[in-house]
Amino acid sequence: MNTVNEPRKATTPARIASPRGAWASHWAPELRILLVAVLLAAYFQFINHDFLFSNASLVNLSQYVAPVAIIAFGEIMLMIGGDIDLSAGMVFAFAPFMMVFANEAGAPMWLAVIAGLIAAAIIGFVNGAVTVFLRLPSFVTTLGTLFLINGITLTVSRGTPAATPGSPEFAAVMGAWGYSEIIWTVAIAFVMHVLLRHTRWGLHTQAAGANPLGASEAGIHVNRLRLGNFVLAAVLAGFTGILESFRITSIDPQAGGNQIMFLAVAAAVIGGTPLTGGSGTIVGGLLGAAVLGILSDGFTLIGINAFTFNIILGAAILAAMIFNIHIGRIRRKGAR
Amino acid sequence: MADPQAAAATDLALRGDKLVKRFGAVTALDGVSLTLGRGEILGILGDNGAGKSTLVKILTGFHQQTSGTLHVHGEETLLKSVDHARALGIECVYQDLALANSLSIYHNMFLNREIVRRGPFRLVDHKQMRERAAQCLEDIGVHVPSVDLPVERLSGGQRQAIAVARAVHSNAKILLLDEPLAAMGAREAALIIDLVMRLKEKGGLSIIMIMHNYAQTLDIADRIMLMQRGRVTYEQRSANTSVAELMDIVRREYRAMRATTAQ
Repeated sequence: MNTVNEPRKATTPARIASPRGAWASHWAPELRILLVAVLLAAYFQFINHDFLFSNASLVNLSQYVAPVAIIAFGEIMLMIGGDIDLSAGMVFAFAPFMMVFANEAGAPMWLAVIAGLIAAAIIGFVNGAVTVFLRLPSFVTTLGTLFLINGITLTVSRGTPAATPGSPEFAAVMGAWGYSEIIWTVAIAFVMHVLLRHTRWGLHTQAAGANPLGASEAGIHVNRLRLGNFVLAAVLAGFTGILESFRITSIDPQAGGNQIMFLAVAAAVIGGTPLTGGSGTIVGGLLGAAVLGILSDGFTLIGINAFTFNIILGAAILAAMIFNIHIGRIRRKGAR
Repeated sequence: MADPQAAAATDLALRGDKLVKRFGAVTALDGVSLTLGRGEILGILGDNGAGKSTLVKILTGFHQQTSGTLHVHGEETLLKSVDHARALGIECVYQDLALANSLSIYHNMFLNREIVRRGPFRLVDHKQMRERAAQCLEDIGVHVPSVDLPVERLSGGQRQAIAVARAVHSNAKILLLDEPLAAMGAREAALIIDLVMRLKEKGGLSIIMIMHNYAQTLDIADRIMLMQRGRVTYEQRSANTSVAELMDIVRREYRAMRATTAQ
């Protein structure tokens, strides 16, 4: 059990795990969720032969997965740091309207999109500043901004949908073309994964979530990290709202909402990011969103109604949490 | 109260003269003087509220003394911040160890000192950190199954060893250990004592240990200092004193204290 200072058994330097063996154990949590996703997809494919292998059905499936996944990436960064953003679904609806207003004010589309993202970033900054400097739990802060932003969106839009502006080419890149959303998703997943695992920002976020006091004793600016992650999460939520507005070609003040925010949190949890902070995985979040997407799409195709779907979704989240916590415990014991 | 046996001032890693620290009306340190020779292990003993933690926090630059002077490596210095103290080679291992449990051993050893690859993205160099961490642990004789293990899978003694290794690795010249043996079984404690002795043998490192246990302290430290109510009440080379004598001094002090409060 204790190997500190035990007499040396070999002359090799302290062991560095072999890369190949480490790979499987390194990715074990993600591989488990991938297995679940594959099994579910196989099941629906068996029941309904059009589930996977046609253009239309793949586009359909990717549209279930993409928005939930992108919002989940932001939530994962926050959850690792010990926070959460409940207002993400409302930022989702808010950002596209800011984009429209910027466009109506004369900004070209690319600038209008950036304006929408900046508006989302400002909300993220407010979420973070209130949480970090006024020391409110993020659950409370973002519960407040959830209603606040929803109210603002409904007021500025007068409660009516708007048409999505922009040329067809621009719209195609920004989500209107069938696969553009999923390509964005994979690209963002890659960047976020690198951010989490291969930059000081990501490593410090994990350290700050695991041991806030210890991280600050090591000289890490914990508050700056948390604030930055709030901004990041809001920008991702706003960007998802913009992508979806191009796909649907209209902007609805009631779009997104709590449903998509909770699905994103569920994707994060199913993917292996606990709400307790300190650890998490972007790739797991993507796979978690895929599991939810396969369930939604699959049940829709075989004609199960929305009520039954929620029962199954709830059970899936519970099962995933129980599984993650207990498998984690068993693995830790096994290693001792 | 400077150690009469202390050699010329240049041979001192650390010297504090009449350090006072007040927090409002509370006097936490009431004129503490101490010396730490190069390569020496100083054990500081005392009860809760004796001012040990305050002293450590002044020596790490976390607090600044209200009055009194501090010499680091022979030069008078006011430690302005933790970073300032670190730049002078003063490292502290706190009781909570400041480890991130979910991160691997090598990430923890490089916490906030990550090696970054060249290039615009400033990606961390896992390979180099892994190798250097393994080498560092090997150098000071700490054996772990793999530096990839998350710290949460280690025992208390191993975690303490990692925290000490991290401090040493960052080029510490003066190492402060805040109750390194607290809440540790005999076997675990022996491992850490071994580690500290090995660090001493390697040389170049002066160590201050905040301790509770008299026997263990006399075992490790070259010199002990007894603190009570913000003052140094006794100082002696470990070889010239005993647990019985120390207990006696503590008891006498308490009796004196009770007498003054009774008056």
